[in-house]
Amino acid sequence: MEDSKVQLNRYQNRLASHDPPNNSPKYRATTNRHPKQPLVIIPQTLSEVTGPVYDYGQIEPTDSDLTCQHPAEPIGERIIVSGRLLDTEDRPIPNSLVEIWQANAAGRYAHRRDTHSAPLDRNFSGAGRMLTDKNGHFRFITIKPGAYPWDNHVNAWRPAHIHFSVFGQSFLTRLVTQMYFPNDPLLEFDPIFNAIEDNQSRQSLIAAFDLELTEPGWALGYRFDIVLRGRHATATGL
Amino acid sequence: MRFPTPFQTVGPFFSLLLSSERYCALLRKEQTPGQAVSVKGTIHDGVGQPVTDALIEIWQANSSGCCNHPEDPRTKEPNGTFGGFDRAHTDDRGSFVVETIKPGRVPGPNGKMQAPHLLLSLFARGLLTRLVTRIYFDDESSNTDDPILALVTPNRRPTLIATSVVPGSYRFEVVLQGPGETVFFNV
Ligand SMILES: [Fe+2]
Repeated sequence: MEDSKVQLNRYQNRLASHDPPNNSPKYRATTNRHPKQPLVIIPQTLSEVTGPVYDYGQIEPTDSDLTCQHPAEPIGERIIVSGRLLDTEDRPIPNSLVEIWQANAAGRYAHRRDTHSAPLDRNFSGAGRMLTDKNGHFRFITIKPGAYPWDNHVNAWRPAHIHFSVFGQSFLTRLVTQMYFPNDPLLEFDPIFNAIEDNQSRQSLIAAFDLELTEPGWALGYRFDIVLRGRHATATGL
Repeated sequence: MRFPTPFQTVGPFFSLLLSSERYCALLRKEQTPGQAVSVKGTIHDGVGQPVTDALIEIWQANSSGCCNHPEDPRTKEPNGTFGGFDRAHTDDRGSFVVETIKPGRVPGPNGKMQAPHLLLSLFARGLLTRLVTRIYFDDESSNTDDPILALVTPNRRPTLIATSVVPGSYRFEVVLQGPGETVFFNV
């Protein structure tokens, strides 16, 4: 085997201040679930710099339009959520899976464990997926999700948010996050959003209202770019 | 230079994400070459409660140790019979099952071969980021000179090794916190 010829461009490390710590006591569910031992640092190998990138199944056009997955349109404020998938070096990530899931306009998930008393919407499942185009762009049509209560503390409410899942080009670029909306008064009280120490990183989870993305007479547009780990410039042997 | 977008918890309602079967169950197919194995895993928290709302993801090489990705120089095109990726949610007992084939050996640091392993990602309510660990197999003699296992203190290595129950069937216990805490990696 010609292993000695294999060169890898390794990925840059994520800085601790850019991510929320798993031990975040104000988010109560972290108490019994965060590891207490330090993470063991290991080198990136071929196992990690590879990952699921090939198209694993056909994506239907309706998969990115959450308002047309049922016979009638869901109730709520129709919105467009669009952005680019990039790395920290500003390189677009093409042909990469982006998935979203969210509550309906009333703040209720179509999920058996959601016990919120808000109504379900038979015309809204709340899940979407698409591949980025050659410039890393994605665009979803959906409805604005409602805020919802949760049991973290007395009178706890999650700010309106859309969950995002992205893969990027390797196992190492995998990211699961949440997109928030500008000027939401609940953000200030949310222990999940505020678990991120760095203010600039926190603000990067808030989509920007964008008049250019907005379609006249039809739907407001929000821009949300997602930035994944970049790579070191030089390749090194395995 | 931009900052990477931060992680947020996957929350309790991610199974909407798994509503498309097209992005699950991409491991073992009838025609996949290799030794069929199943790994039954269970996840517990720091007070011994099963974690019944976790999302797990597997990434692994095929039976020849090749990764289904353009940067593996030995993989010329997508593998039609083995995707190498799978995901599932834990059930009401905190358990999941991975039906796959045992991976071959993948080159590691300095060209040293690694023992067969699965990469395991773990997401859940109460976890603000992704946890990353590995599943090795207790009947593989190559574990003793695996370059990654060698970086783990010997008394914690067993947390990374699935134990054989009957031939082809393994158990793997994940403990998020406390005594017997699983080794998680920063990679
Ligand atoms: Fe949510």
